[in-house]
Amino acid sequence: MAPPTEKSPTGVELTTQPLALGPNGITGGTLPAWGQYAVIAGAVAFSVALLLAIGSFSVGLMLALTVVVACAGIYAWSRVVEGPRRALDRAVTLSIAAAFGLAMIPLFSLLFEVTKRGIPGLSAEFFTDDSRGVVGGGGAQHAIVGTLVITGVAVVISVPIGIMAAIYLVEYGTGKLRRALTFFVDVMTGIPSIVAGLFAYALFEIFFGPGVRMGVMGSVALSVLMIPIVIRSAEEVLKIVPKHLREAAYALGTPKWKTIVKIVLPTAFAGLVTGVMLATARVIGETAPLLVTTGVINSLNTDPLDGRMENLAVFAYSQYRSPGVDKMASYDLAWAAALVLIAIVMILNVVARLVYRRYKTEIR
Amino acid sequence: MPETDVTEAARAPGRKQEETLETRAASTGSSLANSRRRAKTIEAKHVDLYYGAFQAVEGVTMTIEPNKVTALIGSSGCGKTTFLRSLNRMHELTPGATVKGGITLDGEDMYAPGVDPVKVRRLVGMVFQQPNPFPTMSIYDNVAAGLNLNSRRMKKSDKDGVVERSLRGAHLWNEVKDRLDKPGSGLSGGQQQRLCIARAIAVEPEVLLMDEPCSALDPVATLAVEELISELKNHYTIVIVTHNMQQAARASDITAFFNLEESGKPGRLVEINETETIFTKPEQQATEDYVSGRFG
Repeated sequence: MAPPTEKSPTGVELTTQPLALGPNGITGGTLPAWGQYAVIAGAVAFSVALLLAIGSFSVGLMLALTVVVACAGIYAWSRVVEGPRRALDRAVTLSIAAAFGLAMIPLFSLLFEVTKRGIPGLSAEFFTDDSRGVVGGGGAQHAIVGTLVITGVAVVISVPIGIMAAIYLVEYGTGKLRRALTFFVDVMTGIPSIVAGLFAYALFEIFFGPGVRMGVMGSVALSVLMIPIVIRSAEEVLKIVPKHLREAAYALGTPKWKTIVKIVLPTAFAGLVTGVMLATARVIGETAPLLVTTGVINSLNTDPLDGRMENLAVFAYSQYRSPGVDKMASYDLAWAAALVLIAIVMILNVVARLVYRRYKTEIR
Repeated sequence: MPETDVTEAARAPGRKQEETLETRAASTGSSLANSRRRAKTIEAKHVDLYYGAFQAVEGVTMTIEPNKVTALIGSSGCGKTTFLRSLNRMHELTPGATVKGGITLDGEDMYAPGVDPVKVRRLVGMVFQQPNPFPTMSIYDNVAAGLNLNSRRMKKSDKDGVVERSLRGAHLWNEVKDRLDKPGSGLSGGQQQRLCIARAIAVEPEVLLMDEPCSALDPVATLAVEELISELKNHYTIVIVTHNMQQAARASDITAFFNLEESGKPGRLVEINETETIFTKPEQQATEDYVSGRFG
């Protein structure tokens, strides 16, 4: 049967095809709101039953099978009720959610393991005592204090250099020198951390002779790793400050340096602080450079210029590598140190975000 | 198309008016609000403006009269804003931008080798199209920004006086006097623009340049700003760039019409005359076409 025809206003014959729609024209059916959850639940039940029946049940297999069955199930059901386009949409959405879940598994597994194994190692002694004179066990106070001191000095070195370099790149740099600088900063972000450590060691060896170990050497190594990150994030934040704010200051007859100090930096302040905190969180756990620069020591040392200084990352490593008489106690300490390190990183991240939200300037 | 200077006839009555008012003010000793302060004249001679190799404005010669509002009109892209920005040495802030020709402020060449652009900008202020109060500062600090940023040491009481005077001058005092320490971004668009005007006049420039000051504002705020402009011309020389021909007709004393022959060519000054003449009997055909809406 020929499709129905009609004529357009100018006399052209048009062929009208009935659209492949539901029985009510453009209104198709919809799955009920509980639909996709029912499918997922059904898939779980189905895969558990199937695997048990086969006899090879494992959580991983069950999850994989659930995802496959759920995607197929929701596609089939939705296709019948809603149409092929929405069916595909639902199936792909479900598989993307599953992929996200898969990506989250290592993260949660890590957090779970570290917490589970680290908690037994935590104690009052852990936080208040060092390991001097102990052949297994003891505390990690020297490591915690050492991490804070070394990272603190690294921040003091990196922040002025990084922010001033970013100001140069954004406000003053032109042409070839700026492009060269940007290129080298990009290269520096990829420096392996052990190379940074060896650089710091070699630098201090020139002045102090071979075998020198100092807390500040670790700070220098960490700065080499931190500075490019600070520069990159500060550059982005300074670029976001709108040009019209600078122009308003220039139009009042303000010299350029004053505009930067009094207008641009305060406007970008929250972003700069966040960038520095995130850079700190990034380098605080670097082990390799600190091994060759700050060394391993059992007692508390708070002077970055005086000999070896312990830190959490190296502490965890050395407790694992060379445990004392009581192996389990040493391993517990290692896990506890790792837990404390993760906790510090998390706190830095959270505080960075809170600071940003509290202090950011809304630019209309 | 030949450019026209402002005619002697147009200039003479203005001068005569100033003398009478000044002597009258001196004799009665009236306050600043009532007297007419003689602001500076800007003269442009054969000004060419470039962005790199591209010439944006060609051969502009005109005089900006003191204590008058001069409006620069013309269609988009004909160089009005570029020319305006060259009057306070903001044009050269764009990388690669250059200026040829002479621009003088009361006879002094502002592009002479020894001249500090920062000093020029303190004498020639600017208000922009988008209100741009400093977001990290309170209303008080915004108005005082010109004073703080130029490191003019002032006692707090003096600064309070300047802030109040500027806000009164901008017709904003009554609306914000109770919240001077609140951030400047909490105001409406019209209030923000008046805040920017207060900020500009707080440093007491000689000339005030305004780049489409009302285009981002609603009609009520526009009216407030236009009234403000007609009051401010008693103390300052004002140049405004506007797309809105009716605004130019309402608010200005002298109008300069810029035009492009075709896109890619530099913009030129076609005609400059008293506003009434430009809008009723312009000399150039292009001016007549523009003001009667045949193009633009």
